[in-house]
Parts: sequence; structure tokens; C-alpha cells
Amino acid sequence: MNNNVQIIKERLFNGIIKENPTFVMMLGMCPTLAVTTSCINGIGMGLTTTVVLTLSNMLISLMRNIIPEKVRVPSFIVVVASFVTLVQFMLEAYLPSLNDALGIYIPLIVVNCIILGRAESYASKNPVIPSIFDGVGMGLGFTVGLGALGAFREILGAGSIFGIYIFPESLEPIRLIGLAPGAFFVLAFLVAAQNKIKASRKEKGEVVVEACTSDCGSCKTCIDRVKSVIASDKEEFAKVASKEAEKKEEN
Amino acid sequence: MADLLKIAIAAAMINNVVLSQFLGLCPFIGVSKKTKTAAGMGAAVIFVITIASALTHIVYYQILDRLNIEYLETIVFILLIAALVQFVEMVLKKMSPPLYSALGVYLPLITTNCAVLGVAITNISDSYTFVQSVVNGLGTAIGFTIAIVILAGLREKMEYNDVPESFKGTPIILLTAGLMAMAFSGFAGLL
Repeated sequence: MNNNVQIIKERLFNGIIKENPTFVMMLGMCPTLAVTTSCINGIGMGLTTTVVLTLSNMLISLMRNIIPEKVRVPSFIVVVASFVTLVQFMLEAYLPSLNDALGIYIPLIVVNCIILGRAESYASKNPVIPSIFDGVGMGLGFTVGLGALGAFREILGAGSIFGIYIFPESLEPIRLIGLAPGAFFVLAFLVAAQNKIKASRKEKGEVVVEACTSDCGSCKTCIDRVKSVIASDKEEFAKVASKEAEKKEEN
Repeated sequence: MADLLKIAIAAAMINNVVLSQFLGLCPFIGVSKKTKTAAGMGAAVIFVITIASALTHIVYYQILDRLNIEYLETIVFILLIAALVQFVEMVLKKMSPPLYSALGVYLPLITTNCAVLGVAITNISDSYTFVQSVVNGLGTAIGFTIAIVILAGLREKMEYNDVPESFKGTPIILLTAGLMAMAFSGFAGLL
């Protein structure tokens, strides 16, 4: 039992601080940019994702010995999509204002790489309880990230926090930060700050968790897949080419 | 006709899928190093999104709507898109090897491109007709292509610039994208 508590603590710490999806791993950039126009939207999106992530991690971990290796990813997607649909109904029924604010980004949780990433790298290999808390930890980490970015953009862009106006009247808020370009700028400075911190930590010789640099090629799952596609293509093209060459020789 | 043109321009320019809706950011940043690969990715996206818009529209109104199971939208659409991408890959491989060798590498990456699912869901939530859906899909995909090709062009030029150490890589791309988003917000007065 004591051991379990230890694992739970470790998972929560890992998700919220050590491998924070927003600040350290840079995962799920689409919702990060889109919904952080205000603090409350960011937190709402984060908590919605947390619920989906926890439930999908739980179910995938329970089914990890039943799902055949070959149809792994499609089955994960079906599980995630089902939970997203459920959560969407709950939001429509109980929090319609949040549902309207997040709009299309709720069904798009399905393609959020945090969820499939955790299913693939953690839940499909570990027992149920650690997987559940892995989901909770990662989800809360995402919530903290989105909430912080949302608060930053709301304070600078609208001069308010949680809808309460805090700027003195003589000070005009920077409207741009709240709009689409501002989202890109804020994220750019966040990544730059992160690069700076990582570089100084590397100099000290500490181990640094590498981020997904929003470059799909850098993710291991993607790069393996693309490599295998390229390799199999090369073989087939070589075959086709040699066949055509043979035909020409015959002629 | 004017109505369709309006939808296409709104989708491509005013509500640009990457720069104002933030969908499909991964390929936007990941595959924009060279203009040529960016154009390839853009072509693949145009191909897939247009077909996906048509297909999801048919499936929604002919199957889901008739059986009163519209709530399965998300699950059905994501599976449909994944299957479609695989299918397109196989068809291209058999029918048109040159086109496949140009687009092939990008096709598996498109399954996880949230723009495809995003367009399919928008088509349904805005209750577009079949033709409008296809036009909206095509417009959105063209908008994506325009954005990614421009970004790739800028990045090729930026290779020779002296960028501060911490801003190398993703941050400078995001800053560029932000400036592009500012330029694109100028289209807001177009319609």
C-alpha cells in the first residue's frame, strides 16, 4: 500500500512539474494557442482534457492485455473519442457557457497528442492505478500551463483577470496579446525562455527532458512510422523499376 | 455562386485555418523548412481535406442522421479520416506512383492533422450543404497551403539571418507566424 502511495506521488509530480505538457514537453499546441484568450477558458479546457485523459488512461490500462498489438492505435482512438463524446455531452448539459467558449476545440481533444501519447507510452504498459494518476498528473500539468498562459494573456490583453477589471483606467491594455498574433508571440517567448533555461542547465551537466519541438518529425512514434514508410516504399519502387528495366530489355 | 465564393474566401483568408484558428500547427511548423516540401504537404492536405469534407458530409446525413445517432459524430469522423488517409495512400501507390512519391511521406502525418477533423466538424455545425462543405474544405486547405508555403519561403530567407541563440528553431518560427497572423487579420474587412 505504501508503495502505491509512492507511485501516485511520483506520477503527480512527474505530470505537473517534471514533464509538464505545456512548459516542458510542448505538447498539444493547437488548444494551447486557441483557448488561452482568458484564464477561465484555459482552466476549463485543461480540466476537460484531464477528465478525458484520466478515463482513457484507466480504460486503456485495463484493456492493455486484450488489445492486439497491430490495431493498438485505432483502438486507442476509439476509446478516446468515446470519452470525448461523453464529456462533450456533460459540458453541453451542465456548463453550456464553457461549451460555447471552447466550441470546436472540445471534439478536437481526440487528436490532442498528449492523450494518445500517454496512452501509447504509459497506460498501455502499466497497471491501472499508476495509469489513472499519470492521467491526473499530466492533465493537471496541462491545466496549470493553460491557466497560467490564459492569465498572462488576459491580464496583458484585456486588463482583467477572471473577468474582473484590474488595470487603472489611464493604462490601455495591449489588445494584440489577446488576439491570434499575440498567441503566437507569447508562445514564442515561452519557448525561447525554455531554451535559455535548458541551455544553462545543460552547461551544468544536468539531464534535460527534451521537448516535442512541435516538429512532428522529432516525436519518436511519428519518425519511426515515417521511416518505415519510406523504407518500404524504396523497396517497392526498386522492385517496380527493376521490373520495368527487365521489360525494356526484353523488348 | 457568390455564396460559394464567399465561403471559399472566408475559409482561405479571413478564418485562415492555421493563423486564426490554430489548427494543423504541427505540420505547419514541422514541414515548413523548404518551399518544395511545404508545397508537397499543402497539396496532400488539399487532396485529403476536400475528399474528407465530401465523405464526412455524406456519412453524416445519409447514415448518422437517418439512424438518429448523430452523437457518434466524433468517433465516426476520426475513424473515417484515418481509413480515408490509408485508402488514399494505397490508391495513389497503385494508380499514380509519381504523385505518390511526391505526397506519400506526408500522408501518414495527415491523420493526426487536426485541421481535417476540424473542417469536418465545422461543416456539420454550420449546417452546410454538400457543395458548400466541399467548397469550405477546399478553401480551408488552400488557406493552409498558402500559409505554409509563405512560411517556408520566409524560413529559407531566415537561414542567413543572425538569430539570437535562445530564439533559434521553434521560437523564431512562431514569431514569424505571429507576424503573418497580423498580416492575415487585415483580410477581416474583405467581406
